[in-house]
This record gives sequence, structure tokens and C-alpha cells, in this order.
Amino acid sequence: MASTDYERRPTVDTETPDLAERLKRLWETAPGLYGWLATVDHKEIGLRYIITAFVFLILGGIEALVFRLQLSWSNLHILTPEQYDQLFTVHGMTMIFLYAGPVLSGFSNYLWPMLLGARDMALPRLNALSYWIYLFAGIVLYSGFAVGFGPNVGWFNYVPLAARAYNDGPNIDVYALGMVLLGISTTVGSINFIVTFLRMRCPGMSINRVPILVWGTVTASAANIFAIPAVSLAFLLLWMDRNVGTHFFDATAGGSAMLWQHLFWMFGHPWVYAIVLPAMGMVSDGLPVFCRRPLVGYSVVALATVATMVLGFGVWVHHMFATGLPGVSLSFFSAASIIIALPSAVGVFAWLATIWTGRPVFTTAFLFFASFILLFTIGGVSGYMTGSVPVDWQLTDTYFVVAHLHYVLIGINVFPVVGAAYFWFPKFFGRLMDERLGRWNFWTMFAGFNIGFFPMHISGLLGMPRRIYTYGDGMGWNWVNLITTIGSFLFAVGVLLFVWNVVKSLRNGAAAGENPWDAPTLEWATSSPPPPYNFAVIPTVASRHPLWEDRLGRADPQRSVVGHGLVLAQGREALGTTPLDAEPNVILKMPADTLVPVCLALAMTVLTGGLILVNWLVATLGIVLIAIAIGAWLWPSATLGETAEVSRDG
Amino acid sequence: MPVVWLTWGVLLISVAVIVIIAGLLGAAIWRRPGMPVVAGEKMALLPDEGGLRWLWLGVGLSTAVLLISVIWTVKVLADIQSPASRPGVIIEVTGRQWWWQVRYLSADGRGFYTANEIHIPVGEIVRLKLLGGDVIHSFWVPQLAGKMDAIPGQINETWIEASRPGTYQGQCTEYCGAEHSKMLFQVVAQPRAEFRAWWKRQLSSPSVPASVAANGEKSFVENCGGCHSVRGTEAAGSLGPDLSHLMQRRTLASGILPNEPSMLAKWIADPQGLKPGNLMPAVKLSQTERAGITAYLLALN
Repeated sequence: MASTDYERRPTVDTETPDLAERLKRLWETAPGLYGWLATVDHKEIGLRYIITAFVFLILGGIEALVFRLQLSWSNLHILTPEQYDQLFTVHGMTMIFLYAGPVLSGFSNYLWPMLLGARDMALPRLNALSYWIYLFAGIVLYSGFAVGFGPNVGWFNYVPLAARAYNDGPNIDVYALGMVLLGISTTVGSINFIVTFLRMRCPGMSINRVPILVWGTVTASAANIFAIPAVSLAFLLLWMDRNVGTHFFDATAGGSAMLWQHLFWMFGHPWVYAIVLPAMGMVSDGLPVFCRRPLVGYSVVALATVATMVLGFGVWVHHMFATGLPGVSLSFFSAASIIIALPSAVGVFAWLATIWTGRPVFTTAFLFFASFILLFTIGGVSGYMTGSVPVDWQLTDTYFVVAHLHYVLIGINVFPVVGAAYFWFPKFFGRLMDERLGRWNFWTMFAGFNIGFFPMHISGLLGMPRRIYTYGDGMGWNWVNLITTIGSFLFAVGVLLFVWNVVKSLRNGAAAGENPWDAPTLEWATSSPPPPYNFAVIPTVASRHPLWEDRLGRADPQRSVVGHGLVLAQGREALGTTPLDAEPNVILKMPADTLVPVCLALAMTVLTGGLILVNWLVATLGIVLIAIAIGAWLWPSATLGETAEVSRDG
Repeated sequence: MPVVWLTWGVLLISVAVIVIIAGLLGAAIWRRPGMPVVAGEKMALLPDEGGLRWLWLGVGLSTAVLLISVIWTVKVLADIQSPASRPGVIIEVTGRQWWWQVRYLSADGRGFYTANEIHIPVGEIVRLKLLGGDVIHSFWVPQLAGKMDAIPGQINETWIEASRPGTYQGQCTEYCGAEHSKMLFQVVAQPRAEFRAWWKRQLSSPSVPASVAANGEKSFVENCGGCHSVRGTEAAGSLGPDLSHLMQRRTLASGILPNEPSMLAKWIADPQGLKPGNLMPAVKLSQTERAGITAYLLALN
């Protein structure tokens, strides 16, 4: 392969069936089991992320239904305290770590290259690695629970309750190292999004033209790079305290119980924003399509996304208002926690204005997106209330906070995600989802959610603490809990209707065509489902709404072009562009199917298992396997152009 | 009191925000609906105009409300950080799995221990020093004050004041293990004189009739004294609650059982059944030992 290959000037041409056929051969994943394990196609990986995350959502939901039965009336004994504790801990772990983050990674993985006019993510093998680690970490995290030793001290895992002295079993070791493993997946995934954002946007897509979903995910990814180390470190130190005799968190030996809380929430609060900002981005991009106009205030909404994240790093102490911190720091963090509502207000008013000045089209996706605005507002104001320290001292650790966090996580994550599924399903599978069933799906979920979770505000104000496995008859919490339980089951029926609709529409949904919603962005310019190479020639973009340009009545003579552009077909190739203006810059040689990522992920899992069991032999084996896998990964390859000199002076 | 106003304030603001946004959302949706979608066909589009006024107005108004809330919060926080007058009573409360150890401190060094029931004088500032005896717990008496955590390795101070006599329910609110749900306590607010009388009594040794003591005290010390203490006897354990004046208390086992003879017998027979995982074992006792110990405990007045 000639060294000039990267710097050759590609021809500009129009897409032809011949070219499409050649690209298909170059980019198609191999068939069979090998292909299944070796694929690096972002669309395949994205769908796996989404499906795996939904499996975890359903598991977490079943756990919740079981303990809602236990709580539906006073003094019930459906569960033992130990069972209850494992269930609520695993429920939190599942929803927060194994569903909410990964499902958004899935959508972004699938959609980003399509939205950006690219062939794939910047680092396809890293992408595969991130999925496999996520899957294996999920299995590790569930392995303890499956054999009766699930984590049992809450997803926040406070010490000293999580220390060896009060928790002798393997429960916490599994949780701690499973989380460290999962953190690697999130970290490499985030790096991939950041690099893709900077280098893979098609020509013309300057950073003020990328969809808001891209802003949401890149912001969340940047935050993860800073936030994940805190929690991975905390869990590693905890594992050391428990297994090799250190005392980082042991107050009786000079350690500090508060250290855990700071490390955990320095991660934990930014993470909350990381698992809602991309979902808010989905709404910012999807809602305007059904309002038949561009989003009101694009620039302000993009800036608000970033601002939320920056402020999000300065509010972690609001999880710790009752830990006896001095008044000055309480005042600071209280003010920050209240002010962070401002960028959220930007979003809310931008969405409202978009609907108000638009002509809303009532599809199921629209209903999910529009209802999200209300749920977000309810979750937002209850957050504002708990942001006020003196009020929080009453509300914290009661069901009021349970209500708040579910309005945030279900309202801002699940509702937009289901809306997004209705919106992009036709692109993923070439078929439309059933709209009639969709209405049933929406109204059941909406009613079930509010019947289930709104009363929790009341039980919280009535003084019901969180994480109690039962309560006395005289407390007056019976009816409100019964209503909550009924609502949660109704909500579960709604989720089942969604799953049913997916299965049904996969089989016999109406054909979708390229662009069923007449939407403006690049993913809708490809066939549904898209070909393995996404775009036969590299598109050029002249505005935020490439497919609406001719109808938005602008005088701008520049037009986006899809179907005529740079031809890159000498092997798997993609175009690298400059970070701000997206000018063509370099031809990237992209990797083909490879088993290395899945092997590396397996090797890391072996190391994790060895450390969980404190079996140094297995751990050493894991390290050796990791070294071999990384060696294979980095071995120079001719097809990636890693064996030839590049001339820099040409 | 300032906390109550603040709470109502932010609650009303919150409700108002929800109502306004819901109203605007409903109006926006049903104001002028568009045509239904025909999959794959191009639909009418509106130009990228207007709507920015919503942002200026909405965000401007939100900014004002949020700033006022911040100032109000910080003001109330400063007001309640320290009480208006000097505390009259200082009590050290230690959260343990799963009960509350209460220690009354006294300037003359004559303090005493009790458990799960905190007596305070009405109308006086009471300073609380909170400690975590094993894991983290949180002290909450909703009618008297907000929560404050009891954390191992540090002493958190807070204060309470009851303006009316009565019994106030409290509960642990930081998840602390299997029996977190059953870590209740009570605060009993009494008029000054009554409180003083209670204090004096706590300082004395229990007056157990000689016949009862003869039958039960020795068994108690042997079987229970390793963990529990009773003033004036050799029972001086500190793992479990001090039982010197057990019969003065209203509840057993940290608020989960009424203090009645039948409940006491039930608790001694099966502590692990009533509160699985707690530190008290079901001690093997002969019939006579059991009867003697129960009678002895029922005399701890």
C-alpha cells in the first residue's frame, strides 16, 4: 500500500450501483458466529447495546415489582429483610448503571455516524470492546445476585456498612470489581464519542450544525472522562480495604467514611446528567420533526447542555447535606444545586416554544417527547426543593427523594428513549411501529408512571423513610403505598406493550422507506435499514437541516449534497475532518471484523474474576491474557496502513 | 419556624411551576394541531422563526425566582445553624445496629446512659452530639428537626427544642443494614420539674425488692451482664442498652414492641425472630433462670 494513500486527493463523483456493490463487499460483516463475535459495525453494536440495556431494564423492573408487593401494605412478610435489601440494591445498580447509561450509548452508537455523515465511529474496535466489556460486567454484576450474594447495601454502597466488618460475604467484592470493569467500558466508549465528534463529521458540518443529540452525548462523554475515575478508584480502594488490609475508609484506623461519600458522589452526580443529557438531545432533535419546524434556540440549547454538565460537577454535596458539613459549604452547594435549574429551564422553554410556534403532529413518538417536558418539570422542581438545605433536611432519605429520582430517571430517560425507539425504529429495521398499539403503550405508561410515582411525594411528606422493608400499621402509609404498587404494575404493563409492539412490528410493520417522518437530518437520507457503509459517497452539509433546506425558505445559495461527493473505496476508508470547521483532512483506514476486542474483554473479565475470588493465579492468568490481546490489537497491520512510512512533506 | 415558611414557599413555587408549564404545554399542543403523518410523504414546514421571546421571558423569570430561592435558603440556613440561646441540656446519641444509645452529659460528671427514649425539658434548647457506633445512621425526629447523620469517626452536632410537651416519634433514616426499618425511637418532652425528677431517678440505682433480686440478679449478671449494664450491680456490659430503669421506658427493642411483660418475655425468648441479625442471641436459659431474669427486669424501675 502506497504511503501517499492517506493524502491522495479522492475523486468526487456520484453514487453508482457499482460503487455501492463494491462498498458493500468491503464493509459487510462476515456471516455466522464469527461475524457475530467479530463485528465492528457501529449499527450492529448500537443495536446490541439497546437490546442488552432493555433486557436489564426488564430485569430491574421485575425486581421493583417484587419489592413493591412487599411494600404494598404494612407488616408484610413476602420478602425477608436480606432479600429486600439485595433487591433494592440490585434494582438501583441495574437501572442506573446497566440500563440508563448503556441504552443511550446504544442509540448514540447507532445514530452518530448516520447523523454526522460518517462511515463508522472513529475507533470501531474500541467500540466493540466497550460493548463486550459492558455485557461481561453486567454478567459479573449479576453473578453474585444469581447465587444469593447480590450487593445488599444500596447502589451507593456506603461504608462502613460495605466494609468487611459489617459485610462478610462476597456480595460487595463482586459489586466493587464489577463496577470497576464497567467503568472501563464507559471510559473507552466516551473516548470514542469524543474522537468521533472531533474528527468524523462530514465536510461542512461545523460544530454549530451538529444535532443536539450529538451535543448531549459528547458533553456526557467528556464528563464521564472526569467522573468515572472517582468511582473506579473508590471501588478499588474498597476492594483493597476488604481484601488486602488497607484502611482508606476505616475510621477506627485513621481512614474516613466521608471519603467514600465524596468520591462516590463526585462521580454520582455528574453521572445523573450523563444519563439524561443525551436523552434530552433526542427530544431536541425528534420533537421539532413533529412540530414541523426547526428547534427554537438551537445555540442556546446546545450551550445549556454544556452548562448543565459544567455546573453538574459542583453539586455533588447535595447528596450529603445531612452529614454535618460546615455552613459555608452547605450554602455554596445549595446555591449551585438551585441555580443548575437554569439551563434546564432553557431546554423546557425551547421545547415549549417549538411546539407553540409549530404545528404538532400527534404520533406516538411525539406523545412521549411532549409528555417528557411535563415529567421533567415535575422532577426538576422536586430537585429544586431538595436543593434547599433546610428543606432537604426534612425531605432527604424519604420517599420524596424516591419520587424525585424516578421522575428524573424515568421521565428524562425512559420516556425519551421509548419515544426515540418509535422515532428511529423505521430507520433501524425498515418497518414502522404500530401507531394504534403505540397510543395504548403511551397512555398505559404515562398513567401507570404517574399513579405509581406521584404518590411517593406524598408518602415522603408523610415521613416514610427510604429503604425500609416494612412499616408499622399506625404510620398511615398503607393506602399511598398500595396505590404506588398498583401504578407500578400498570407501568410494567405499559413497558410490556412496548416490547410487544417491537416484536409485532419487526414481523409485520408497514414498510418505512427512507424518510417516513419527513425529518431533516442525514440519517434519513439513507435506505432503511442503512447499508453497512452508511453513505456510498461522503455527503457535504450546508446547514443544520440538510433535508429541509429547499423548503425552509432561506436565500442561502449553498445546499447540502447527499449522493455526490468524495469517493473512498480503496479498502475500508473513512474521512477525517478538522475539529471545528469539518474540512476534509485525512483519509482514515478503518479496521475490519476482528475477534481481538471480544478476547480482550474476556481477558479483563478473567482478571476481574481472579480479584473477586482473591485468587492470584487466575488474576495473573488474566493479566497475561490481557497483555497478549493488547499485543494482538496493536500489532501493525498493512490494511490499516500501519506498516508503511507516511511522507509528511508531500 | 423559618424552615416551615421556607418549605411552604418552595413547595408553592414548585406547584405553581408545574401548573404553569402543564397549562402552557397543553395549550401549545392543542392550539393548532398539524395534519396527520402519511409515512414517506413530504409535509408542510414552518420557517425557523419566532419563539425566542419564550426563552428570554421564561429563563428571565426563572432566574429571578431561583435567585430569590437561593437568598432565602442561605438566610434560613444561617438563622438555624446555631440556636438563639445557650443549650440547657447536652445529650450524646450514638446510633448502633439497630438501636440508639443515649448518654446524658452533666457538668458535674454525673451523667448516665439510657436507650431509645430521649427525655428533654419543654421550651429549652437541647444540644445533641451524634456519633456512629458502628455504621452510619441518621437521626430524625420530623416534628422537631431535620435529619443529621451519625457517622463513625466524627461528632455531628445539632439541636432540638420542643415547644409543647408530648411524645415525638423518631426513626433512623440512613440505610444501616437488615433491620434499618426497625430502628425507631421516641423523644419525650416534659415540663422542667418533671424532667428534673426523671433525671434524678435515672441517676439512682433501681430499687429491686430483695426477694426478686435474690432469684434473678445473679442469673441476669451471668447471662446478660456481658452486654447490658444495670446501675449498682456487677452487670456492666456496653454492647447492648443500659437497662437500669427499663420499666420507665415505653418501648422495647428500639421502638418495635410496647414495653409489656408478655412482649419482654417474647423478646428474651426470640430476639433473632423479632429482629433478625441483631447482636442479641437467644441465650439458653433454664425455666427457673428465665422466670427469675424476667421478674428481675420487670422490677427495674
